[in-house]
Amino acid sequence: MSGVLTFQETVLRLKQYWSERGCIIQEPYDVEVGAGTMAPETFLRVLGPDPYRVAYVQPSRRPADGRYGDNPNRLYKHQQLQVILKPAPADVIDLYLGSLKAIGIDLGMHDVKFEEDNWEAPTLGAWGIGWQVMLDGLEISQFTYFQQCGGFELDLVPAELTYGLERIVAFLQNVDSVYDIEWTRGVEYRSVRHREEYEFSKYNFELADIGMLWQLFDLHEKECQRLLKMPDALLPAYDQVLKCSHVFNLLDSRGAISVTERVRVIGRVRKLAVGVATAWMELQGAVA
Amino acid sequence: MSLPFLLEIGTEEIPDWMIIPALNNLQDMFQAMLDQHVLGGRVTGTDATPRRLVLGAEGLLERQADVEELVLGPPKSVGAGAAAGFAKKMGTTPDQLGTQSTAKGEYFAFTKRTQGQATGAVLARELPNLILKIQWPKTMVWNGKGTERFIRPIRWLVALLRDQVVPFEIGGVKSGNTTRGHRVLGKPSIPVTIQNFDEQLRTNGVILSAAERRGRIESGISAWRAKPDPDLMHTLVYITEFPTPILGSFDRSYLDLPHEVLITVMRHHQKYFSVEDADGKLAPHFIAVMNTNADAEGLVRHGNERVLRARFNDARFFWDVDQKKRLEDRLEDLKNVTFQAKLGSYYDKTLRIEKLVVDANAKRAAVLCKCDLTTDMVKEFTDLQGIVGGLYARAQGEPEEVSRAIYDHYKPLSMEDEIPTTTGGRILSLADKWDTLVECFKVGMIPSGSRDPFALRRAAQGIVRIVVEGKMKFDFPGMSPELSEFMRDRVEYYFRDVRGFAYDEVRACMATGWTDLIDLEGRLKRVQVVRTTPDFEPIAASFKRIKNILKQAQFSDSTFYANLLEPGPELDLYEEMRGTQGQPLESRIGPLRPKVDLFFDKVLVNAPDANIRRNRLALLQSLLTEFSDVADFSEIVTERQS
Repeated sequence: MSGVLTFQETVLRLKQYWSERGCIIQEPYDVEVGAGTMAPETFLRVLGPDPYRVAYVQPSRRPADGRYGDNPNRLYKHQQLQVILKPAPADVIDLYLGSLKAIGIDLGMHDVKFEEDNWEAPTLGAWGIGWQVMLDGLEISQFTYFQQCGGFELDLVPAELTYGLERIVAFLQNVDSVYDIEWTRGVEYRSVRHREEYEFSKYNFELADIGMLWQLFDLHEKECQRLLKMPDALLPAYDQVLKCSHVFNLLDSRGAISVTERVRVIGRVRKLAVGVATAWMELQGAVA
Repeated sequence: MSLPFLLEIGTEEIPDWMIIPALNNLQDMFQAMLDQHVLGGRVTGTDATPRRLVLGAEGLLERQADVEELVLGPPKSVGAGAAAGFAKKMGTTPDQLGTQSTAKGEYFAFTKRTQGQATGAVLARELPNLILKIQWPKTMVWNGKGTERFIRPIRWLVALLRDQVVPFEIGGVKSGNTTRGHRVLGKPSIPVTIQNFDEQLRTNGVILSAAERRGRIESGISAWRAKPDPDLMHTLVYITEFPTPILGSFDRSYLDLPHEVLITVMRHHQKYFSVEDADGKLAPHFIAVMNTNADAEGLVRHGNERVLRARFNDARFFWDVDQKKRLEDRLEDLKNVTFQAKLGSYYDKTLRIEKLVVDANAKRAAVLCKCDLTTDMVKEFTDLQGIVGGLYARAQGEPEEVSRAIYDHYKPLSMEDEIPTTTGGRILSLADKWDTLVECFKVGMIPSGSRDPFALRRAAQGIVRIVVEGKMKFDFPGMSPELSEFMRDRVEYYFRDVRGFAYDEVRACMATGWTDLIDLEGRLKRVQVVRTTPDFEPIAASFKRIKNILKQAQFSDSTFYANLLEPGPELDLYEEMRGTQGQPLESRIGPLRPKVDLFFDKVLVNAPDANIRRNRLALLQSLLTEFSDVADFSEIVTERQS
């Protein structure tokens, strides 16, 4: 396999590339999230008037997407490389294409298309305009110009680049199953993660205690509301938003949320997220 | 001297389906601007790729013509002070003023000359606003809060008037004479002139002409039996700057999956044309259209084959998993699928649909028809709702009539789409759509103007088509006055704009009644035929006259007494009416016409004797009623309009 990058080499190359372009290289946020967007490094940093550039890998948990490790392309937890460039530079697409070259993709030998795909996260009061990036028919990235976050219009428009790492590496390594990806020489993705996929699928679909989850949701919500009334506690408050969001996803995968509840619960999470965003904006003097 | 003009708005990738309306809008606004500022010239064409909107014009003047305008001042009689004030206002001195005599006397006057502006200056001033006024379904900001909005960021601008740059700026981007090539095949910065613009783009991997890109795809796939797909073709033309089709293959074993699923995956998810064999059957191939010039090492084909394999494996996986739970066992799960926030779940909807239908097969189909919404296959491929349910029902041993009804029950999806093929499918489709309409109207979700988020017009149109084209008995149960008005409009639209009946015939026939659509269609056809006969229009005019007479007399009684009828034209008319009673309209009109004409010629309706007058009015009312079971002929527009 010489010449073809392993999973971790791909990650290292991308981090190196974005580091050279002025990004802070962060480590993953250590609370469960459904996407890199939810980590405070994106959700909070895109708000307000200060420029920011950051890149990090974010393990993203989507309980309903679990397939017990049986499906070659679907995972309960996948790794996203998340890049925020705030404000988006005029050559942002060229920078993105440069990152593909950095991981060994010869663009002259492939077919790249940018296809309309706008992004919206109702629980975060966030939306943006952008594309899915297609490489030889495979969606490898999501490219979004953020327009709103936490219910606020953004002062500076950030570009968010999200790379689906398993997909990209499976493509580069020409394997049909993510479990066959070479993580590092001689070690397959399967041996690193398969057991985790299996057990968490079982937990998410069968074992999670629904009554307890509802209790947790209420507790985290109350704690968030309590913290939002206090000074200097908005980052802890945001952790509570993330906890609520993850518990909501678990309840959803357990099939425990009915039609009417669903809309209401999303509304509750959104209210908390908007509360934190408002506090963050006040902290920066951006809201009177 | 007349000048050519070229505008290129360089952007990041614009969604394909928005491009044509935007180009038309740009062309209209630009031409209107030329006309408004009297710059001469006309737009010669527009074209676009995903990254550029281009407009060309010819025959522009070098500058606007100077304008002379005679301005009247104060009357000469008021004296020197007023004249000085007027001169100052005109930017001149009193000795330059002239006089003008009018009917009211002598006035000071001044010939004001406004120098025409250079065309380049007018364009430079007008273009930024004009470009930003192009209408898009959804716009964005990219330079920060409150800055200019466009569909995607504007990254470069070319604006040339003959060989001169028209200077302006939008969002920090200055216009110039430099374009950009294809992202991979071209150079990032290319100086151009109006003459070499197309050629320079071509050299740099961009085919500007959409027609040429289409031609390149069509000739590239001509050897491969692609399943024709105009919408997909349009998309591919507008998501590429240099399209090149390639043929890929998949394993034959996937052909065991329902072809509906395979085609949907290829078309909607991968934007591939599917391929047929010599017998018109689905072949294990696909056509992808690249946005580049070649696949020298076969990597693009290989990559696309790999993606398609994974997608087909997903579909197979979904099929297998979905079979583990029968459709009927999914009914309870529909309680968790929202139909509409105010209208509850699909479970509720299912119960309502079931009540609307009568026979056993239809009831069975109604119970199962929404159950596929909980399957993995439909969650992944939402376009296949209904179709998947039908396929699963068949696989699970439901009667053919039931599975076929489920399969078809979303049809017709558009004006071009066919109605369900079986009676069962038509019944189910009617019930589903009618329930949607009745319930939405109940909670006030009524379409207005261009707002129709629940596609109720499409549902209503579907109902009209199914009833008429499927020859169904349907009596619009539980219709509110608002819904009645809405349906009436859709019926009128259908017969007039889709079927091409004359608007007054449609109105005339609907005035007699419109809720039995089969009957209405029959009457329309008869009126259409009878209208071409020479006696028809005079009769229609007479009916209009009768209606007016009755209206003026405020009379609506049709009981008359034959013994009061006067021998002659009046009695003749009555006997003609009585003698032909029960015969079809077509054969009655000819003989009736001279009798009616003679009646109006010789008989005074407004007779002095009140009893006679009343009896004559009643005779006319009776005549009108008798002939109104086909149509209200007074609605027919005639040349003898009075």
